[in-house]
Amino acid sequence: MTMSEVQPPSLPTNSPKVSPTQYMHDRVRWRLSEALPWIVAVGAFWVFPNYLVLGTQMIIMIIFALSLDLILGYAGIVSLGHAAYFGVGAYTTGILSAHFGWNEPLSGLLMGGMVAGVFGFASGWLLLRYHGLALIMLTLATSIMLYEFANVAEVWTGGFDGLLGITIDPIFGIFESDLWGKTYYWYSLFVLFLVFLAVRRIVYSAFGRGLVGIRENTKRMHAIGSPVHQRLVTIYVISTIIAGFAGALFAQSTAYVTLDVLSFSRSGTVVIVLILGGVGRLYGAFIGSIIYMIIEDELSRISPEFWEFGLGLVLVLVVMFFRRGLLGAAEDAMKRIRGASS
Amino acid sequence: MKLKTKILLGVTAALMPFALNPASSDAAEVKVGVVLTYSGGAAHLGKQIDQGMQLYMDSHPEAFGGHTVKLIKRDSKRPGGDIAKNAVQELITREGVKILAGFMFSPNAMASAPLATQGKVPMIIMNAGTAWIPSLSPYIARVSFTMWHSGYPLGKYAGTELGCKTAAAGYTDYPPGKDSRNAFKTGFETTGGSLIEDIPMGGPREVPDFTPFFQRVKNAKPDCFFVFVPAGNHATAVVKTYEALAMADAGIRLIGPGDITQDTELQGMGKGAIGMITMHHYAADYDTPQNKKFVAAWKKAYGADSTPDFMAVGGWDGMAAIAHAVKTQNGNVSADGTMAALSGWSFASPRGQISIDADTRDIVMDVNVHKVVQRNGRLAIEVIGTVPQVKDPCKELKIGKCGK
Amino acid sequence: MPQFLEAAISIIFDGLAYAMLLFVISVGLSITMGLMGFVNLAHGAFAMAGGYVTVSLMNGLGVPFLPSLGLTFVSIALISIPLERLVYAPLYKATDLDQVLLSIGLVFMAIGAVTFVYGPSPPSVQMPEFLKGQIDLGFKVFPSYRFFVILVGFLMIFLLWFGFERTIIGAKIRAAVDNRSMAQSIGINVDRLFILTFAMGSGLAGIGGGMAIEIVGLSPTFAINYLVLFLIVVVVGGLGSLRGAFLAAIVLGIVDTAGKYIWPEGGAFFIYVVTIAVLLVRPDGFFGKEHVQ
Repeated sequence: MTMSEVQPPSLPTNSPKVSPTQYMHDRVRWRLSEALPWIVAVGAFWVFPNYLVLGTQMIIMIIFALSLDLILGYAGIVSLGHAAYFGVGAYTTGILSAHFGWNEPLSGLLMGGMVAGVFGFASGWLLLRYHGLALIMLTLATSIMLYEFANVAEVWTGGFDGLLGITIDPIFGIFESDLWGKTYYWYSLFVLFLVFLAVRRIVYSAFGRGLVGIRENTKRMHAIGSPVHQRLVTIYVISTIIAGFAGALFAQSTAYVTLDVLSFSRSGTVVIVLILGGVGRLYGAFIGSIIYMIIEDELSRISPEFWEFGLGLVLVLVVMFFRRGLLGAAEDAMKRIRGASS
Repeated sequence: MKLKTKILLGVTAALMPFALNPASSDAAEVKVGVVLTYSGGAAHLGKQIDQGMQLYMDSHPEAFGGHTVKLIKRDSKRPGGDIAKNAVQELITREGVKILAGFMFSPNAMASAPLATQGKVPMIIMNAGTAWIPSLSPYIARVSFTMWHSGYPLGKYAGTELGCKTAAAGYTDYPPGKDSRNAFKTGFETTGGSLIEDIPMGGPREVPDFTPFFQRVKNAKPDCFFVFVPAGNHATAVVKTYEALAMADAGIRLIGPGDITQDTELQGMGKGAIGMITMHHYAADYDTPQNKKFVAAWKKAYGADSTPDFMAVGGWDGMAAIAHAVKTQNGNVSADGTMAALSGWSFASPRGQISIDADTRDIVMDVNVHKVVQRNGRLAIEVIGTVPQVKDPCKELKIGKCGK
Repeated sequence: MPQFLEAAISIIFDGLAYAMLLFVISVGLSITMGLMGFVNLAHGAFAMAGGYVTVSLMNGLGVPFLPSLGLTFVSIALISIPLERLVYAPLYKATDLDQVLLSIGLVFMAIGAVTFVYGPSPPSVQMPEFLKGQIDLGFKVFPSYRFFVILVGFLMIFLLWFGFERTIIGAKIRAAVDNRSMAQSIGINVDRLFILTFAMGSGLAGIGGGMAIEIVGLSPTFAINYLVLFLIVVVVGGLGSLRGAFLAAIVLGIVDTAGKYIWPEGGAFFIYVVTIAVLLVRPDGFFGKEHVQ
């Protein structure tokens, strides 16, 4: 499992004048272009008032994909079972509301993240001693077992029929959930923004750089005395907490949870979304989620029966022609344009 | 061929308003949102319902009282609830549909139920069979069935008519399976019979190798073996495993709801199916004038090789219900008007006389005892008994969530 | 015969039949992943395609079952060659993630295409008379079809063993699995070897798909529904190992069958518990080569 072809945002190879510390500082500084996604997200509220439900689902997918990017893109941990934590988050929030009447949204969201984090710690501590294909299959098998367990624990989870009776109080006691999904659009966007700030902070920290080191060469990181396992577990727990937030948001906005939140296809989809957008580059999660969900939504509208073919074709073409994900391709194109003009 | 037919049908449907009502200016177009599974492993089932709806629209334009219905279709994909709920939300807010229809998987109907109440849009359930779905919203009416419609009478029938003293139950481990097994058990135990094996047989998605489950039943030697599996290719595998293990020779009778002798699957099951007893509300072989007309129209529209099944009838009857609601309200469709029109509505369906119970908004219909026989070199369903006008026994007996 | 012995014999017999099905479908995936390190999630699609080819041959052209299986092998192997050259080969040096994305894309396309051609309804085929009913082995009566599946499985393992251990090509493949660059440097044309193994593996998966129709049925989503199971067999057995895939299939097949027989309520867990247990102790599977990282 080499991840060496996944590159961090382009290194300034052709500008030797910049000192390493200056380079690190430059990376952390917000660029003007980074405001773009947020302007788009806020603008979309007025431009596409009828698509806010889809928009909310996109935002949830972005949060979920960001959580995966932390481990996959920055620490090189490939997981095919990340839905486990999404599902734990969703069920935590859902069960708190349906069985215990804990309907307050913000604390429900926090609990979803925390419980997912506890699961993440337990499984990460054990599983992150492994790598490569073994780790992929272990994450996969763990998540499927969790799925089967949720099916058996029907009294709590509602099993295949789903968890009915989730009622979520108005956010801050003021904003009620509405049929057009306006409230949850803003709420999810707000959560996404906070999560993004945290993730951005982490990947540009020394800790984040250490993770990239582990991704690129684990042995060398061991050799220089880096606490590899501890760092991997730490980032894994952070990632699972964020995945739990995504799941909790999902449970609150849909007011319904079924076994599907834990399914293999959800784990697979988030991996596809992230590779599609571009791994290890923060905004890849945004691009991938939006493109994937638009394609799925549009294709299944045009041809409810055969949309899978179109989706497959898009994936194949992306791999054949835009090897580093859509964002990577865009970067390459920008570089070429700049190269040509200078 | 299939695609061509569909395009042709689509074109005909689109041209219909002009052809039929060239002059009437007050003809209304009622938007109906259809939420069905069109892709994935259960796509063929969604297609049956879709074709059933379409066929009624095309063959009975007069039933809409001079008005037309525009179907806006959405794929609910998996039985996860979320996709269906998003689709319903979007159909209500973006498309402004007046009626929602379809709903194949129970979780999808359940997830969408609050929106029917919140958005005041009636839902016509054309398949989803979990018994207590209509109690989730006052705007839900069901034209299909519940698992109890077949399971409960079958339990009684097994004890009394088939003379089974002991039975084993094997069911796919998800709510319709458990529902059906509970219904069977309740009915069977009223006759003094006892259930000696109770085996959940894996999840509904992929077909398991049924051999270990069946081997266990074979060793337990019950008189009757009740099986519930989802409609589709699970059923074929059940019959083939039953045949391969020679369970009939061991004196174990295979029975179940009609899902396991679904018309579309029957011919593929082979000789092992002969003699099977199932309880159901529809089979394409029913010898009634309504059904003969229905099957003939179906074969004309979708090809001589294709067969309608109980899901197609769910779509057909559901569209008839929509037509009735549109006609009664003279095209000016409201939620309460629709529910009032459907309350007590009765209809001569291909399955027999059906009606919507005014209290529970659930279907009332005849349930028949089916026997698989060989006739003219093909497998056929013979009706050997009828339980007339069954109301959902789960709600009648107030069992579990149905009692609320 | 005492009841528990009878139960044990049925478990082992049914488990073996299931195991052979798993083996025939998965072995190709194991070899190609071991040889090229290509994460081919579309392997199940070849099995699915094989099932549909068998259906077309039997129901459309009236070819009997056994020749149909042979023709299925040939046609799936032939289809896979241009696919390997045009779609897979450019990605051998790409990252695992790109390979995952590509092969999942292919699965979606295969599902869409098959749905378009055959419709989403599950087809079925009628087995010849000699495969229906029961066969009496003296001490116990067994279902003929499952007996046939076990025979085919053992025949395959013998042929593969012979091809691997007793022929020059087999020796070359083993050399390439062990150390690809070394094999290349002594003049073995690994590319050509790979085309061959890829075609063979896909063809075998096709046969497996054809044989699975009678046991678990067939539908377009076959390509993805059983994918996890095939991956488990490959990884538990160890990449590129024939014995490994065989042993893993037998262990998983029998454990799964026994679990479902003895404790149906928990049946779904067994196979995953075994998988996790094996991988925790032996991350490279039963006979995988030592992991290099």
